[in-house]
Amino acid sequence: MHGKFALTAAAAALSLAVIWSGQALADDISGAGATFPYPVYAKWAEAYKKQTGIGLNYQSIGSGGGIKQIEASTVTFGASDKPLEPADLKQNGLVQWPQIIGGVVPVVNIPGIKPGDLVLDGATLASIYMGEISRWNDPAIKKLNPSLNLPKLDIAPVYRSDGSGTNFLFTNYLSQVSASFAKSIGANTSVQWPVGIGAKGNEGVANQTTQTGGAIGYVEYAYVVQTHMTYAKLINRDGKTVAPESKAFQAAAANADWAKAEGYYLILTNQPGAASWPITGASFILVHADGKDTNVPAALKFFDWAYRSGQSLAESLDYVPLPPAVVQLVEKSWASSIKVNGKPAWAAK
Amino acid sequence: MAAVTIPYKQQLRREARAEGVFRVLSKTAALLVLALLAGVLISLLYGGWPALKTFQFGFLTRTIWNPVTEQFGALAALYGTVITSLIAMLLAVPVAFGIAVFLTETCPMWLRNPISTCIELLAAVPSIVFGIWGLFVLAPVLQHTVQPWLIDTLGDIPLIGKLFRGPPYGIGLLTAGFVLAVMVLPFITSVMREVFLSTPRSLKEAAYGLGATQWEVIWDVVLPNARAGVVGGIMLGLGRALGETMAVTFVVGNAHRISGSLLAPGTTISASIANEFTEAVGKLYTSSLIALGLLLFVLTFIIIAGARLLLLRLEARGARI
Repeated sequence: MHGKFALTAAAAALSLAVIWSGQALADDISGAGATFPYPVYAKWAEAYKKQTGIGLNYQSIGSGGGIKQIEASTVTFGASDKPLEPADLKQNGLVQWPQIIGGVVPVVNIPGIKPGDLVLDGATLASIYMGEISRWNDPAIKKLNPSLNLPKLDIAPVYRSDGSGTNFLFTNYLSQVSASFAKSIGANTSVQWPVGIGAKGNEGVANQTTQTGGAIGYVEYAYVVQTHMTYAKLINRDGKTVAPESKAFQAAAANADWAKAEGYYLILTNQPGAASWPITGASFILVHADGKDTNVPAALKFFDWAYRSGQSLAESLDYVPLPPAVVQLVEKSWASSIKVNGKPAWAAK
Repeated sequence: MAAVTIPYKQQLRREARAEGVFRVLSKTAALLVLALLAGVLISLLYGGWPALKTFQFGFLTRTIWNPVTEQFGALAALYGTVITSLIAMLLAVPVAFGIAVFLTETCPMWLRNPISTCIELLAAVPSIVFGIWGLFVLAPVLQHTVQPWLIDTLGDIPLIGKLFRGPPYGIGLLTAGFVLAVMVLPFITSVMREVFLSTPRSLKEAAYGLGATQWEVIWDVVLPNARAGVVGGIMLGLGRALGETMAVTFVVGNAHRISGSLLAPGTTISASIANEFTEAVGKLYTSSLIALGLLLFVLTFIIIAGARLLLLRLEARGARI
């Protein structure tokens, strides 16, 4: 008797929970993925809800999780810091596009060196993270900074220990500019570093770098702006010295050849252009090319709004909006490549 | 007569039925735990199988952890897990013993409750708070005072010196051990205190009556009586230290390397999983992380089984005395 009652009650509670959660999800656009763009997606969602009444439920579970969830169709869109290769997209019937730009900036802690004083190039940075350059007064660094008085101090490399888009961009860049880095370490969201110390998250890397004399680390651009860390300038592909600024990231995105990149599979590191910041990257959105999720048109409307009206919000959080030309290209491709139940999900403007 | 016996029989029958329901319910509850455990084991085995099949025994003996080339070995994480937990136990057990002895034997009555409450509060602090405290407060202190001192004084001694060499990063295996020690302290202390309190008063009074000093009473009367409980408390703490994730991730340095020094960064099984699982793409990578989880499961099982065996032997010896 009691057993039966408990069972019935449990079943009732379960079905009630299912009904509730189902209702909550019905009106909202749901997405999951990368943690890097989470703050800006959350801010956009809040503003969009105020304007249109349509909410966005975004779970920042990491790029890997986002890809898995969109493949399993449990969300309307997935988000990833690392673009999927065209073959992967085709195999899973997915479409991707870049939504927001960010950049990775090397930061240092050397006595007497102020923000922007130090200049590094890709090869030197790679040698530091491979343990080949281990003192700040190494000839290779001195050559790039003839006017600086660099101390005879050991370099303590600090890296991101958690798998992240930041790691991917950083190692992807170093792999492009240094053949030996590509061979011995390679590019991924986490890699096996031969030297240095791993700290968790941007805040961990920033903290470890600030506390350790002689440390070098790399963090997202927004983090450098907000914490006023001692950043280093980089020499880009055109041989020009650039500072990490919003316009330098945009230059990298604008100079990239998006039109030719199949499935927008383009990594923005080491792009040409005199003003391009070399470690730039886009965060991507993934949806099904022809799925059953009727929320896809609503999601596209949201991302269109974000491209157009969400720019100042993104900038207020120190993210970098996509250049207008790229936005036009992306939205044009929506019309031809995304369908729901066989019908186009987006009408070309 | 009949009017009396029938309700009585009915009541008996009802009670027997209630008894049966209760027995089934409690048995189900117990079996549920076993089923859950089996489920965890099966899903870990299933998820970790591709990695175990690919790397075979090498998964246990190699330190390489390279997501780019998809080569994985668990030795560095295993080493870090064991070393950080050992450091934690070395530091925490004597302190916990001291606290428990003080609280049960020498502490003034009015101070007992406040101190006990404080220790229990320590157990209620979320591990993320310990992690942040370790990173922002403890690590700089270690980096600027304790670690340079260790390097200067112990670094030159042969054999042990190897453990204290290298640059003082502030975070690393030693720091993780420190943080873990603070975290497991309340568990060990509470258990020790309870078992010390359970020593029969008459035994202690008899020992004092024979002229034993306080130390002799603690060492020769209280401790032998509480041996099983003390071991249990230590194992409880060790189990927590082995599996602790968040606090360790913040301060362990997260490097898949085995360097002789305790000051160097390392990693633990749970820290690796927490760090890498969310962004792990590719079957072999994810599978290797799940296999790490399986390894932790087995490691914990071995330690708990070992503790049980030790307890059985202690009890047998205790019975003989």
